[in-house]
Amino acid sequence: MLPNYASPIERIWFWTFRALCVSVLIFLVSPLLVIVPLSFSDNTFLLYPIEHFSLRWYQEFFGNEVWLNSLKNSFIVAPAATLLAMVLGSLAAVGLTSSNFPGKALLMSILISPMVVPVVIVGVGSYLFFAPLGLTNSYLGLILVHAALGVPFVVITVSATLGNFNVNLIKASANLGANPLTTYRRVVFPLIAPGVISGGLFAFATSFDEVVVTLFLAGPEQSTLPRQMFGGIKENISPAIAAAATVLILFSIALLLTLEWLRGRAEKMRTAVEH
Amino acid sequence: MSETMTMNAPLTAADGESLKVKLARERRNKQLKAIALVAPLALFLLLTFLVPIAMLLKRSVDNPEVITYLPQTSAAIAGWDRRGLPSETVFAAMARDLTVAKEQKTVPEISKRLNMDISGFRSLIQRSARKMPLELAPGESVRDHFIAIDERWGDPDHWHVIAKNAKSWTPYYLYSAMDLRETKAGTPELAPEEERAFLSIFGRTLWMSMWITLFSVLLGYPVAYWLANLPARKSNLLMILVLLPFWTSVLVRVASWIVLLQQEGLINSALMGLGIIGEPLQLAFNRTGVYIAMVHILLPFVILPAYSVMKSIPPTYMRAAISLGDHPFAAFWKIYFPQTVAGVAAGALLVFIMCMGYYITPALLGGPQEQMVSYYVAFYTNVTINWGMAAALGSLLLVATMTLYAVYSKLVGANKLSLG
Repeated sequence: MLPNYASPIERIWFWTFRALCVSVLIFLVSPLLVIVPLSFSDNTFLLYPIEHFSLRWYQEFFGNEVWLNSLKNSFIVAPAATLLAMVLGSLAAVGLTSSNFPGKALLMSILISPMVVPVVIVGVGSYLFFAPLGLTNSYLGLILVHAALGVPFVVITVSATLGNFNVNLIKASANLGANPLTTYRRVVFPLIAPGVISGGLFAFATSFDEVVVTLFLAGPEQSTLPRQMFGGIKENISPAIAAAATVLILFSIALLLTLEWLRGRAEKMRTAVEH
Repeated sequence: MSETMTMNAPLTAADGESLKVKLARERRNKQLKAIALVAPLALFLLLTFLVPIAMLLKRSVDNPEVITYLPQTSAAIAGWDRRGLPSETVFAAMARDLTVAKEQKTVPEISKRLNMDISGFRSLIQRSARKMPLELAPGESVRDHFIAIDERWGDPDHWHVIAKNAKSWTPYYLYSAMDLRETKAGTPELAPEEERAFLSIFGRTLWMSMWITLFSVLLGYPVAYWLANLPARKSNLLMILVLLPFWTSVLVRVASWIVLLQQEGLINSALMGLGIIGEPLQLAFNRTGVYIAMVHILLPFVILPAYSVMKSIPPTYMRAAISLGDHPFAAFWKIYFPQTVAGVAAGALLVFIMCMGYYITPALLGGPQEQMVSYYVAFYTNVTINWGMAAALGSLLLVATMTLYAVYSKLVGANKLSLG
């Protein structure tokens, strides 16, 4: 990497630069590495060094009604919100990329805005609007707002995928005798599916990690896993939180791997189509 | 002559219809189809997102208490010339309103609202309501009776407050959120220094967001550069170190930072074990902790867009500059850096916008001095149940965010938002 003729200053710079980058990367992963081992400690405090290993905090997590209920709620709200966001977001993205109409740029900005509006505002606003409608302390209210927060991700990823989509493929397919349905099923869908799914993963992660709106809208019955962790960190931080965190980290690894696999697949397909 | 005729004749399709008309219709159909596809989402966001925000904005100027619970007084006081004390009819209306309020137990609502303008109004209303309905001595005026209950009824200032609030909207909350107050003439003025609170909170929000953005860019830019110029195999592997925290729950990361930064935490024990410090440093539950955790959360939002911008810059540009005699540093500064500015600035602006509305991290990792505007919106909603203040602070925060978002959309285009 470093040529032999590099001057001492260049050498020093090269190594400081590397050291800086490596330390930033360590900074990024260290919190994840630190919390996982603590979940296997039998200490009642989240402290190092770990003297004895045990699974007691996993028993605490998986044996506790409250934690299990919040996990269950997360797995009710997030998939429902994701499905809603995927359907509405994909349709809108197809509409936005297929034609130009007046006010399109403004509409796009509005559809993306749930991503940047401070969540506290969304939380208080939806409480004000939903309370008279009886939608607070309900799954439905939570699902609707979580879907709204996830929509921008679907719109962005699907629009990006459609932007790369080669319209001639549809003509080619028709020319080769396929009817529109077959064309859609065998040509269009496989090409945009990675965009739809990766948008869905973003929407899922958004809902699965959402605390603030849940704080305002959900009653104790609908408390989600992040909401439970928020309360736990605020009140008494026990290694059960580390166990919950480890479960969530495993989950995010799964999400990340799926996304990378999709990206690789999309890449392969695109190059295959172009050659 | 006949040639020009054919040139001017409109082109027609097989069925004899003008092609131009046909094309226009085709285009319109396509537009309608596009709009029909976007409509469900637009409607959905209208109901779950835009209307709730509009309700919040409206709530910041809502002033229902006095006109709802003191309706007769509100009507009667409209005719007051604002000089001296209001007339006997206003006092009589007040007596009737307070009697109703006592029966319907709405006295706390009235007194809470009026107490915001003059402290002590609460006790005045409560004491007077207890004396309702009035039992007048023969020939005694209602006004005198009221002043006998409490002499503050003889002070025109209290009546000014009632008159001011006898309409359905008020700038009071928005003014308060900007540390302003309304003078008798109705113009805003800056509140006395000891009563100011929110300007410094807005200032703190911007200040902290600025530092967090700056740190994120300073740390993120070199990493993006490094990753963009490594061979693909290596950079893909290292990219996982950026993406994994990005995909991990914010709460997991905050919990980990507490483990790392607390008094007996790993960093303090490591530093003390190495003999670098004798006493544990205060790293969590103060500004240091908030900065560290926030930079950690927002770094990927700088690295990912910067990386994709840098990937699109051909490495030959730098090589050309160097082979033409530029020093590598100069080549970087003159050739490479300018091409990345726009992309990185867009990423930084997005980070700044996200920072301004942050709630969780300061709430869990900061002390009272680290709480930003979002915290106070939640505080007024959950703790003191002052919807007006919560809505006013929220509205101002929303205006600030949306202004920056408009700048962002203008510069970058909302559809170019990069997700890495």
